[in-house]
Amino acid sequence: MKQKCVLIVDDSSVMRKIVERSLRQAGFELGQVLEANNGLEGLNLAQKHTLDLILSDINMPTMDGLEFVRQVQTIKSAKGVGVPVVIISTEGSEAKVVEAIHCGARGFIRKPFTADQVRERIAPFLQE
Amino acid sequence: MNFGTPHVVRNPELSAEACLPLLEAATGEVFQIMLGARLVRSNDPNPPEVADLTAMVGLAGQMCAIVSLRCDTATARRLAAKMLGEPSLEGNQFDEAARDAIGEICNMVAGNFKAKVAGLVDGCLLSVPTVITGKDYHLHLVANGSRAAVVLEFEDSPIWAALDLNT
Repeated sequence: MKQKCVLIVDDSSVMRKIVERSLRQAGFELGQVLEANNGLEGLNLAQKHTLDLILSDINMPTMDGLEFVRQVQTIKSAKGVGVPVVIISTEGSEAKVVEAIHCGARGFIRKPFTADQVRERIAPFLQE
Repeated sequence: MNFGTPHVVRNPELSAEACLPLLEAATGEVFQIMLGARLVRSNDPNPPEVADLTAMVGLAGQMCAIVSLRCDTATARRLAAKMLGEPSLEGNQFDEAARDAIGEICNMVAGNFKAKVAGLVDGCLLSVPTVITGKDYHLHLVANGSRAAVVLEFEDSPIWAALDLNT
């Protein structure tokens, strides 16, 4: 199975590491794992790399996750379509989930999350 | 603590004291899920004041409040190590991770707490976390504010979870 290139966008470096570890524990074959501290940094990385998946927080300085999702939609993924973005956030309200999906997010994981939740919600994007 | 029981508070005139069981449950769940650690309520409700790290997250909307977690630096370092699975972090790198970890845990506790208060999950937004180092400070409640706190133990070290509610 081809190793996947993933971008993790979160202003907490601890949380970025936890998300990466959760993906690996869930059994996904990760190649390059890129990290960004906010949406703007994430956008710059997404323009320079061919990504299979983006995981992004919502509440971040400089550019929040929802604006990031809107802007990153124009960037093509390794499969030639828009890069799928899954939101990982403490903001788990129905309104926020709907807003994220409306912005273009393809999934939503609420913090705190279990390994099973990560596996279940990420599998559609990382399994061939 | 029973984390499996759904908690519902429907009283529009919430007090910090009434919300404390929800905060305790929310805190316990975050530690259990993200750190694999079980928190217990301290037998000593007033243990020696050793906390020199305070993480705070604000809630604004139908509830205006601050959720805070306090502990000492050594405990925060252990939290970070456990979260990262990297006990070998050292020095400044470890202190930065400790501050980040306690802030992120507080963020998840606040989000989990508001999800437990009926009607609040859609009616309240969270601030980004703020972390204060040092213990020589006082938090003053504004008019009509109420405060409730509980002391929990993580691996025999106290962690103070508090709710400052502006009613």
